[in-house]
Amino acid sequence: MQNKGTIVYGLDPLIIGDHYEIDYRHSYAQDSPFFVGLSRGRLLGSRCTGCGYLYATPRAHCMECGAPTEWHELPSRGRVHTYTTCHYGGEAFLGETPFTLILVEFDGVDTLLLSRLKGLPPDEVRIGQPVLARFSSTPSFKVTDVWFEPADKA
Amino acid sequence: MRPVYMISGGITKFAKAHPQKDFRLMVKEAYDAALRDIPRFSKDMIDGAVGSYFSDHFTRQLKAASMVQDYLGLCPKPSKRIEGGGATGGLCFQSAWEAVASGRMQCCVAFGFETMSRVNTWKGNEFIALASDTNFDFPIGGFYSGYYAMMVRRHMHEFGTTVEQMAMVSVKNHMNAIYNPYAQKAKRLTIKQVRESPMVATPLTMEDICTMSDGAAVCLLASEEVAANVCARPVKITGVGSGSDAMRMADRPHGKVILLPHERESDYRHLRYPGVHSFRGGRMAAKLAYEMAGIANPMEDLSFVELHDAYTSSEIQTYEDLGLCRYGEGGTFVESGVPFMPGIDYGMELPRQGRLPVNPSGGLLACGHPVGATGLMQAVLAFWQLQGTIGTHLGDDRLQVKNPKRGLIHSHAGTGTYITVSIMEAV
Repeated sequence: MQNKGTIVYGLDPLIIGDHYEIDYRHSYAQDSPFFVGLSRGRLLGSRCTGCGYLYATPRAHCMECGAPTEWHELPSRGRVHTYTTCHYGGEAFLGETPFTLILVEFDGVDTLLLSRLKGLPPDEVRIGQPVLARFSSTPSFKVTDVWFEPADKA
Repeated sequence: MRPVYMISGGITKFAKAHPQKDFRLMVKEAYDAALRDIPRFSKDMIDGAVGSYFSDHFTRQLKAASMVQDYLGLCPKPSKRIEGGGATGGLCFQSAWEAVASGRMQCCVAFGFETMSRVNTWKGNEFIALASDTNFDFPIGGFYSGYYAMMVRRHMHEFGTTVEQMAMVSVKNHMNAIYNPYAQKAKRLTIKQVRESPMVATPLTMEDICTMSDGAAVCLLASEEVAANVCARPVKITGVGSGSDAMRMADRPHGKVILLPHERESDYRHLRYPGVHSFRGGRMAAKLAYEMAGIANPMEDLSFVELHDAYTSSEIQTYEDLGLCRYGEGGTFVESGVPFMPGIDYGMELPRQGRLPVNPSGGLLACGHPVGATGLMQAVLAFWQLQGTIGTHLGDDRLQVKNPKRGLIHSHAGTGTYITVSIMEAV
């Protein structure tokens, strides 16, 4: 960090600015195929090889029976299970407000997927709204490489 | 296991910031207050301590509990730190209970703190959101208010819960806090004012959501022998329970309701549980605590409840998890007036006002939520209630529940990932 001097906010008590940042080398490890899949326009969940439980958000082992799972391509079409529009957010996302978060449900799939809904005004979002997965053409290898839009508009 | 008693407690005022005191001094202040209340107790009766703080990001001082340990003069006695998100304080309380119940210690100190003022509110929200899955949840817009907003939206859809019912929780808890000088954000509100305050994450407004705080709290737990020697009015801890759920809300399975002793399977024939509208971990915690304490019907057997109302919506959800009403009835439960304090004018018609006060302290919504201290603050307030010393400690007995026999404290983490329920009884 470049030393630009110390910011002093007050003397009694003495309060100073204290900067901190860090870069991680982050491995997606066993979840890697999900993120690689997004970059290729594929949404991968996982199916338990033991009990058949079908996860929209993938995991390498089943939390019901403990057996390994296999990759399972999810339908691109789902429905809004629940939603909110955030007018504030964590600092990293403040610049993106307002944004709409949804949990997506898919036919025949046992769990949900958290994502963003774009292309619909906040006051028009409803539970049950059909939505369609859209993928970034310039992937960042993050879960935000997929989002959803209203199925009838897409 | 042997019986465990709480013999004293202390808290600092919860405030937006305490720049004159670091975390060590805040805990010291709460600790000294606890010791002052039991003059026959001496420091050498303490066998060890458990420290509670949530976030290394807020503190940016690893091993901070060690610095409290030495500041309190408790070295070289046993010590450790407990961390479990928002439930950190409740888990710390139960860890100290375990130390005494097992016979390992005669007396254990549970101390907790948080110093959230060191970053701005939105950076703080980002830190808190790091307690969601950082691969699948956080990058999408990591924001706990957003997560809770999605949960209550589903609760509204399933059960018809309204934003006005949620606002009633805010009115109640902020009003109660007017009589609690330790609270950060006491005020008289109307349902209209709650709804008209700035929208944070639809349908939750600023007044539906607790604030960040600096503060500390301390509880002293002891064996029957120590309690009898030093404390005129000890309080017995008769039940502890805790539960958990999947980190990601999206992973919550749909199955059958975990039933409490007073419920039947036929009550919930069509409910897909817990979905994202209910906290399975809270239900598990309540079930275990009720079984240990011999509680058959919480509405009849409890005198008051201090629960983790980080959001007005989660207070309503928690009424149901604790079995104060059935799943789906949380909204009408608050509307009935049952969880309000008797004898306080809230400016609303409340037909069954005060039958089972919930969050007489003002809860997290009005006291503030210095995470590591919060669950222990609830224990201190419950302790004073059961001792009948609210008037002495708060300078006003308006919040004293009349002749309380048994209180429940509830501490809650994440989107329901760790939850504790502890039962305390007057003796």
